[in-house]
Amino acid sequence: MDDINKTKLKKASEHGIQAPLALLAELSHRCPLQCPYCSNPVQLEKKTGELTTDEWKSVVDQAVEMGMHQIHLSGGEPTVRHDLEDIVEHCTEKGLYTNLITSGVLLNLDRLKKLEKLGLEHVQLSFQDTDTENADRIGGFKGGHEKKLEVAKWVREVDLPLTCNCVVHRQNIDNLENFIQMALDLDAERVEIAQVQYYGWALKNRAAFIPTPEQLDHATEIVEKARIDLKGKLVIDYVIPDYYAKHPKNCMGGWGRRFLNMNPKGDVLPCHAAETIPHLKFDNVREKSLKWIWENSEAFNLYRGTDWMPDPCKSCDRKEIDWGGCRCQAMALTGDAKNTDPACSISPLHSEIFSMAAEEARRAPPEFIYRRYGVRFNSPI
Amino acid sequence: MTDILKINENIIPKFPKHVKFRFNKARKEWVILAPERLVKLDPIAVEILQLVDGEKTVKIIASELSKKFNAPEETILTDVKEMLQDLSDKGFIQENG
Ligand code: SF4
Ligand code: SF4
Repeated sequence: MDDINKTKLKKASEHGIQAPLALLAELSHRCPLQCPYCSNPVQLEKKTGELTTDEWKSVVDQAVEMGMHQIHLSGGEPTVRHDLEDIVEHCTEKGLYTNLITSGVLLNLDRLKKLEKLGLEHVQLSFQDTDTENADRIGGFKGGHEKKLEVAKWVREVDLPLTCNCVVHRQNIDNLENFIQMALDLDAERVEIAQVQYYGWALKNRAAFIPTPEQLDHATEIVEKARIDLKGKLVIDYVIPDYYAKHPKNCMGGWGRRFLNMNPKGDVLPCHAAETIPHLKFDNVREKSLKWIWENSEAFNLYRGTDWMPDPCKSCDRKEIDWGGCRCQAMALTGDAKNTDPACSISPLHSEIFSMAAEEARRAPPEFIYRRYGVRFNSPI
Repeated sequence: MTDILKINENIIPKFPKHVKFRFNKARKEWVILAPERLVKLDPIAVEILQLVDGEKTVKIIASELSKKFNAPEETILTDVKEMLQDLSDKGFIQENG
């Protein structure tokens, strides 16, 4: 547990941290899909707890006053909310760059037309695979893939810019070239190729997803070549699983430095996976202002800056580059959120965890544990 | 998206639809916004981009700036081309037409 003296925690301004740049707004955890790598917490929030339209509008006003630039409307599935149009309109009126992150399956052409008119600026559409059958199996939703292809066409038909979000892993990584081709065929501006990040649901399913180092190297080669071939035609953003990286990713640009995340009931989190750290206490926009929370919330201040770090991070010259990696991953894999992210090759636990994962990758993949409400786990990982 | 654009003085630059050049009131600064991207701009870039309206050519933009700042058009034209080329390479500027 945490032995930091909480009364001495420095606030955002004392770290020289300015207002956050963007807000990731999880409008709802409800979603017709059941992706086993979903980044939502294992305890999903029910509809009754969700913030109301007016509460979201007030959050938007506060975000703008603080100087935030962008809002990502996400979930779960943000389009389950019938007031999505109202929220989008409010965001764009206030001048936030407004991005919709969706699985698409609930959208229709009329709704997209309307969202475009209301000023929505960009759509990110998720794809589970390029193979229809496998895509539907991964998402746990029959007919999903076909529908997504149709939705992608509608997005372009109403002249909204499109990013294809593709989460890749051992069960679809052989289709990487097809993912890139699909993005081109759908006239997307951008494609995000992200390897699964292992916390929450994904960690429970790690053995089903983790690729071998060879698969990963091959994927990286394909992406690098495509980036050169398609320069100026398609932007390719690529996230490798940091299990196989030398140093961890600079998670969220550092804990509580650039972004904030809100869950459906209004808890303000330093990142979307922060609820996996059991001792964090979150503040809620129903009780405090967003500005107050950014400055003072204990969940943010606990891991801001570098004062909290133990060795090896403390004495490492990369500590202000990657900020010690991902706190949620450190929690999940070492049992203490303060530890060096074991994705880092300097972590004393790196080789043990790395070889365990690589071993999983060599065995046959187990069955998925699908993302559902009320799933009980007997043995916590 | 189109092929790589080579900025010359006759091109009419514009922002692609998903790219927004905006003033953030709370921060009092101009920025370029795109999905997952945020570009902070120096004052010269802001002057140039304020003239990017999808109608003016690069040459007209340079000549307006040279009048406004009372500086030689040649030098300004080089700066304008350089900056727009850089932004175009990153996908933030395209040609209108
Ligand atoms: S990852 Fe899948 S299950 Fe999770 S919110 Fe997105 S579409 Fe729904
Ligand atoms: S030891 Fe810590 S600071 Fe150094 S590279 Fe690894 S995670 Fe980053």
